[in-house]
Amino acid sequence: MTSLATPVESHVQAHPDNRSFIQKYIFSTDHKIIGIQFLLMSLLFLTVGGMLAMIIRWQLGYPNKPLPGGTVLPETMAPGGVILPEFYTSAVTMHGTIMVFFAIMPLLVGVFGNFLIPLKIGAPDMAFPRINMASFWVAVPAGILMIAGFFVEGGHASAGWTSYAPLSADPEYTGVTAGQRIWCVSLIVLGLSSILGSMNYITTVINMRAPGMTWFRLPLSIWALFITSILVLLAIPILSGAVIMLLFDDVLGTHFFLPAQGGQPLLWQHLFWFFGHPEVYILILPAMGFVSDILSNGARKPIFGYHSMVYALIAIGFLGWIVWGHHMFQSGMNPTLGTSFMISTMLIAVPSAIKVFNWLGTLWGGKIRFHVPMMHALAFVSMFVIGGLSGVFMASTPVDIYIHDTYFIVAHLHYVLFGGSLFAIFGAVTFWYPKMFGRMMNPTLGKIHFVLTFVFYNLVFFPMHQLGLQGHMRRIYDPTIYDFLKPLGGLNRFITISAFLLFASQLLFAYNFIVSWFRGKKAPANPWEDTGLEWTTPSPPPHGNWPATPHVHQPPYEFNSPHVKESDFLPQTQSLDAIPGRSSAGAAH
Amino acid sequence: MAHASHALDRDMMLPPAEAETGSGVYTEKLGMWIFLLSEVMFFTALIGSYLILRVSKPDGWAAPNQILNVPVTAVNTFILICSSVTMVKAYAAAADGNQAKLKLWLVATVLIGATFVGVQVFEYNQLIHHGLVPGGFVAGRELAEAAASGAAFKGGPALPTSGGLYGSTFYTMTGFHGFHVTMGVICMIFVTFKAFQGKYTATDHRGVEVIGLYWHFVDLVWIILFTIVYLI
Repeated sequence: MTSLATPVESHVQAHPDNRSFIQKYIFSTDHKIIGIQFLLMSLLFLTVGGMLAMIIRWQLGYPNKPLPGGTVLPETMAPGGVILPEFYTSAVTMHGTIMVFFAIMPLLVGVFGNFLIPLKIGAPDMAFPRINMASFWVAVPAGILMIAGFFVEGGHASAGWTSYAPLSADPEYTGVTAGQRIWCVSLIVLGLSSILGSMNYITTVINMRAPGMTWFRLPLSIWALFITSILVLLAIPILSGAVIMLLFDDVLGTHFFLPAQGGQPLLWQHLFWFFGHPEVYILILPAMGFVSDILSNGARKPIFGYHSMVYALIAIGFLGWIVWGHHMFQSGMNPTLGTSFMISTMLIAVPSAIKVFNWLGTLWGGKIRFHVPMMHALAFVSMFVIGGLSGVFMASTPVDIYIHDTYFIVAHLHYVLFGGSLFAIFGAVTFWYPKMFGRMMNPTLGKIHFVLTFVFYNLVFFPMHQLGLQGHMRRIYDPTIYDFLKPLGGLNRFITISAFLLFASQLLFAYNFIVSWFRGKKAPANPWEDTGLEWTTPSPPPHGNWPATPHVHQPPYEFNSPHVKESDFLPQTQSLDAIPGRSSAGAAH
Repeated sequence: MAHASHALDRDMMLPPAEAETGSGVYTEKLGMWIFLLSEVMFFTALIGSYLILRVSKPDGWAAPNQILNVPVTAVNTFILICSSVTMVKAYAAAADGNQAKLKLWLVATVLIGATFVGVQVFEYNQLIHHGLVPGGFVAGRELAEAAASGAAFKGGPALPTSGGLYGSTFYTMTGFHGFHVTMGVICMIFVTFKAFQGKYTATDHRGVEVIGLYWHFVDLVWIILFTIVYLI
């Protein structure tokens, strides 16, 4: 071993905790509490987004029939429980907006970026704890605004989550004035929160790693969060700029995206997708990182091809910037340009495949422990393969011209976002729950939840490929008014029933999450027998995380290490010199 | 460059940070650099959109000096550059531990920065008076009449028939720059207060350096904006 771990005197990190309740749990600067705050907020939004999905599914499966329980909705949304077209379009818009910006993105980056980065790199807290607190408390008003939009006159924004101009830029077109403005302001405010957060994560990873925690000893979850934070830092300001121009078109009467005086609707699409495609990787890279950690732990083997995993993350992060045009093949762009976007998009299949093969290589010959996080991680890998392959179909311009704006796209994006990101999130929440709350989630309930979710999820989204290939358009209110979609009514109803069962299955997770918080089995410091730094401190960790700065001696995934006898894993903090009967000569890493 | 290397040496000694840093740059400074990357992307969105709109509709813009008062803004640009000089002076004073000069140059930077914003408000006021708002030319005002007449205007060609894109891009870009200067002035006032409390020493004056980075960045953005909005 080279002398990477230059010992410096340990700084005392944990202080006696004499903060008041408000300092400790509300306006907390502790990264662990902020992570949990983000977790509760984004799970709430995940529920709201799921309910909106149920509204959409009901209307598609049973058009113009009263929604069960729909009479609680106000007259302006669903008189007598029958969903109005205006409300349907804003439900579609807000399902996308809420799931992307207020559920998946904060769940992956806000929750685990905060909770894991300091704990996994051996830092007492984030680089800027007060800015970290601000990033959460800026996100809260953005969330409240986004919900408030449902209750203003004219309803919520209804130009789709992509808010294509000029539909979104002029209230004349949708009849929505206040809702669209609220959408814009909320996203600008949320963008500030994301920028503050990512600046914090990047600085922390660069500057606050414990002695011995070299770049190539970082767990892949941290690598993934680091690359993701760079994408957030550089992509979100593009969205903010675009949304500001959109808002100005509406409020100040500017002409950026309105063609009457020379503005360009296509400019909005370019700006939105220049942000939007890095955003796609923001929504999947952290999931890949968590899954790498969990798979290695479950397979009891070092991750296969650690370095290639890191380079693949970097490659995906970079390629993500030059593929945005594949969202716009149907916008009338020059076919030559379309072809170059097609090629760059297909290139992303290479690093993605490297990751998939490395995950398979990790599982190969492993003594797999089928704990709940591991099940979700395995589901992630298999579902990501399906979502990734349908992505290659869409990247091909001739195919995309046929399936553009159909349910095939909806199937693809849900295979990546639900089958990919959300399964990884369920896995990660279950995996780090004991570290967050000091208690274990119930494994039996967790397994039942996993099986039901996996089955119903596939029953919902796989048939959507078929819907799309038969020409079922996205975002339509009533499929029964088109003759060629009439034979698909049965399939639509099947999907709707499965979707309601899928939603109901999530109640198990909610029950398990809430009840385990108070009644769960007390968690030991290292319940999964993992190698990471976070497992060397009590569950939950004290303020300041460790009594003294930990020193790192090992790579991140030393499972089944020949160097240890009593257990099958070598924690990152374990120096080989400290193992009795071992000389440092054996440390050939 | 003797001064620059001197500053670098100081950076290496600075500060007695809370933990060993991985990059050799102290955390606040690294954080500001990273934040500025984000700002670069924000202004790229605005400036890039302007360039695309302008290239695809070249007849939508007035010639320099026809609508915008270039001499006044040139003076204002000089004023802003002066504030960068006073900022450098403040940093040098802080590094030398010269408290009196530090306070003097910080106060000067605040005042000059505020002057810049003031001149910009005056400029907006004049433009609105002549009839240029973010939505274009205001019907009935001087600029709208001139554009409608189709005659040569103020020594240049005729004004574009619609000022829509001109007003949109001008106010959005310069407005957001002005907003950034205003934020900078507010933070600078905060730093100045801390300087008056004697919080910055020759060995630890991180706040002065970090706000200075932001200040120079905003100054640099203005030089780009002045060139592409006023001079071409």
